[in-house]
Amino acid sequence: MSTEEPALQRRASRKSVAFTEEKLVVDADGSVTVMATPNDDTKDTAVSHTPRTPPLAAALRASTDASQAPADGAADGAEANPDGLDLSLMKKKKKKVKKEDGESGDGAAAAGGEEAIDLSMKKKKKKKVPKEEDEFAKKLEALNLEGGESAEAPAEEGVQDGDMEKGTGIWAHDETRTINYDPLLSRFFALLAQKNPDHASTGTRSYKIPPPQCLREGNKKTIFANLPEICKRMKRADEHVTAYLFAELGTSGSVDGSRRLVIKGRFQQKQIENVLRTYIIEYVTCKTCRSPNTELSKGENRLYFITCNSCGSRRSVQAIKTGFSAQVGKRRKMQG
Amino acid sequence: MSGEIEIQNLKSRDPFAEADEDSGQTTQTQEYIHIRIQQRNGRKTLTTVQGIPTKFDHKKILKVIKKEFACNGTIISDTESKGLGEVIQLQGDHRLKIKDFLTDKENGLGLDEKTIKIHGF
Repeated sequence: MSTEEPALQRRASRKSVAFTEEKLVVDADGSVTVMATPNDDTKDTAVSHTPRTPPLAAALRASTDASQAPADGAADGAEANPDGLDLSLMKKKKKKVKKEDGESGDGAAAAGGEEAIDLSMKKKKKKKVPKEEDEFAKKLEALNLEGGESAEAPAEEGVQDGDMEKGTGIWAHDETRTINYDPLLSRFFALLAQKNPDHASTGTRSYKIPPPQCLREGNKKTIFANLPEICKRMKRADEHVTAYLFAELGTSGSVDGSRRLVIKGRFQQKQIENVLRTYIIEYVTCKTCRSPNTELSKGENRLYFITCNSCGSRRSVQAIKTGFSAQVGKRRKMQG
Repeated sequence: MSGEIEIQNLKSRDPFAEADEDSGQTTQTQEYIHIRIQQRNGRKTLTTVQGIPTKFDHKKILKVIKKEFACNGTIISDTESKGLGEVIQLQGDHRLKIKDFLTDKENGLGLDEKTIKIHGF
């Protein structure tokens, strides 16, 4: 926003109408973009999109409410003698600007919450954009008539705006200008959220498994009681999880009569939990969509593959390797 | 003709470059440094570091580590039986410290953090 200020002052001394207009546009754009970065740096000529806007604005005017009319009238007046009505108009506009600033802030915050753009935001956008386009178009017409000095104003107003859903502004089909990165990015996320409403929910919902129950058997063994339950929840074979546990903990163990896992060594629940967590990251969650709804299967050449049930991606995972394990306890008999 | 030749050159060049890169990457990814922990009797543990590149002198590394972490340790050469190479084995839980040492650029080996895998609880 800092880049905006000097430009603002510079223009204010010359022509307030255009400046307020520009501010509005930028705000609207800022509310749309997730980053809320000003797009002032790259300005294209608005001349290219002037012929397109008026009819649209006319069409929109029919749909806009009655409260719109006085504002339009004022704008008209301002354009009829652009340097005359400046002050009064400026006051009016400033109020509006402030209000919309707040709104745009809200919108940006909502969008910034990673939860994509929610409905309220969309509504706001829809309401706002027609209004501005309406006035905008009118002014552009007037400014075009003026020519000369106003030539720069449309250029500055070439800030990339437009309604994505309606395909106006920079989003028009036959638009040849290059679109800035930020609007494109916000467009991508907006579309993504629109088309896949369940994505946001899956992202927040955490994957829960029952906490491992650890009992101590004697002094040197730990019983991992609810391993079958956890494996069922993860849809993995008991043996696979067991092998991983043993490899990571660097121990061995066995399964007792009631399918509980007996691990040699003392382990606390937290430690087992940590290992299970790494297991889930490595062997359960889909790396593409982070969904835990996956299946582990043996592929063609003795490789293990994880197939995601929600996004259909398939990736190979490393086989469980024990690696080096030091000799603990009694010495090996075979060693010469 | 010249266009074709150019295209062919490009084609022949690209796959090779990719293959080279790929093989380089795979060798890099395969050569993980595994840091493991093992429980001994009581509260005692062992830390094993497997897969330190052979360009480093393991003996010297061990000497430095032993002094820095105030622990004893040995080098176990397991080259014949399992092909694990030389493994540094330290007494006590030094996993995080070892990792810091391996990644440290000034006082350590300055290895990439991605090549190190810490196992255990």
